[in-house]
Amino acid sequence: MIKDYLFEEKLPLFWCAGCGNGIVLQAILRNIDKRGFTRENIVITTGIGCWGKADDYVTTNSFHGTHGRALPFSTGIKLANPSLNVFTLMGDGDGITIGGNHLIHAARRNVDLVAIMVNNLNYGMTGGQYSGTTPKHAITKTSPYGHVENGFDVCKVVQAAGAPFVARGTVYDVVQLDRLISKAIDHKGFSFVEVISPCPTHFGRSNKLGDAPKMMQWIKDNTISREKAAGMTSDELQGKFVTGIFEEREQEDYSTAYQKVIDSLRGGENE
Amino acid sequence: MKTITINETWCKKCGICAAFCPKKVFDRDEDGKPLAVRPEDCIGCRLCEMRCPDFAVTVEG
Ligand SMILES: Cc1ncc(C[n+]2csc(CCOP(=O)(O)OP(=O)(O)O)c2C)c(N)n1
Ligand code: SF4
Ligand code: SF4
Ligand code: SF4
Ligand SMILES: [Mg+2]
Repeated sequence: MIKDYLFEEKLPLFWCAGCGNGIVLQAILRNIDKRGFTRENIVITTGIGCWGKADDYVTTNSFHGTHGRALPFSTGIKLANPSLNVFTLMGDGDGITIGGNHLIHAARRNVDLVAIMVNNLNYGMTGGQYSGTTPKHAITKTSPYGHVENGFDVCKVVQAAGAPFVARGTVYDVVQLDRLISKAIDHKGFSFVEVISPCPTHFGRSNKLGDAPKMMQWIKDNTISREKAAGMTSDELQGKFVTGIFEEREQEDYSTAYQKVIDSLRGGENE
Repeated sequence: MKTITINETWCKKCGICAAFCPKKVFDRDEDGKPLAVRPEDCIGCRLCEMRCPDFAVTVEG
């Protein structure tokens, strides 16, 4: 039962009505349940932000870190005990804005964990300021006349940094999201899933996108599959959410490589 | 027939379950509360359950 992993006494959730965070949390817990993980053999780590509160609602091992630093903590946990299944939850502000450097290095090191970034295109918790993923021209509290910068394509960044599994889904297409998280769990190494999700309270309101169902519809209308996007120009893809799996390849993970060094040195001792 | 239950303590009346049900099983009252008024039309796809941000929908049967 998914509810075995949900801290029901703490509900209703702290998140606003129609916030996508709960949809992502449910998809993660559904997959954890399907695998039959125990509360003890997984650790869910978070940084700070609205999404960063997800660990409050799980009955598994969890670690609530500092803003942008969920991945360094996860790296430490995984190094100390490689048998743990680590899930790292990050927001877009958390994961690629203040924490961008940690993200690229964890991807480069190929730390074996599942990293799930909820990208709601702004800093929800602090009142809707722009983040490193806020699209050009979008209105936020800190770009009231339209954002002048381009947002990161987070999947491209993580791919370029060397992650062996990189995918993007949305909270609208929950069936695809389920499959992407499942594949990320199966994949050995740094497995990254970006989830496009609504923040109706800030991003939605500032950009006049309407209520929660309208924001879901907006995400749906602006989503394009990776296959379809392949035939489109960058102008046509402006403001679109391209979904699918961008990278899926085998590569030795950090703990395995490290263990080999330990084993070879231990072998040397016995000679 | 499927049984669709809404946990009223957890539901925040966001309207997502009602808006995207492929069979239009739900109505909403004046407060926005979802009501599964046409359960006989439910095909058991569970999309309402999976898309509920508040773990408030359960589809059984
Ligand atoms: C070192 C540090 N800097 C700034 C903050 C303030 N702060 C808290 S949450 C947050 C941004 C959250 O945005 P995001 O990671 O996108 O999460 P969301 O709330 O949107 O889920 C910021 C800047 C902090 N807690 N710590
Ligand atoms: S402020 Fe935005 S991200 Fe935070 S809980 Fe509300 S809707 Fe969700
Ligand atoms: S999706 Fe969930 S929270 Fe939203 S109205 Fe339906 S039951 Fe309530
Ligand atoms: S299970 Fe599917 S058909 Fe049935 S109420 Fe939910 S969304 Fe509608
Ligand atoms: Mg955010």
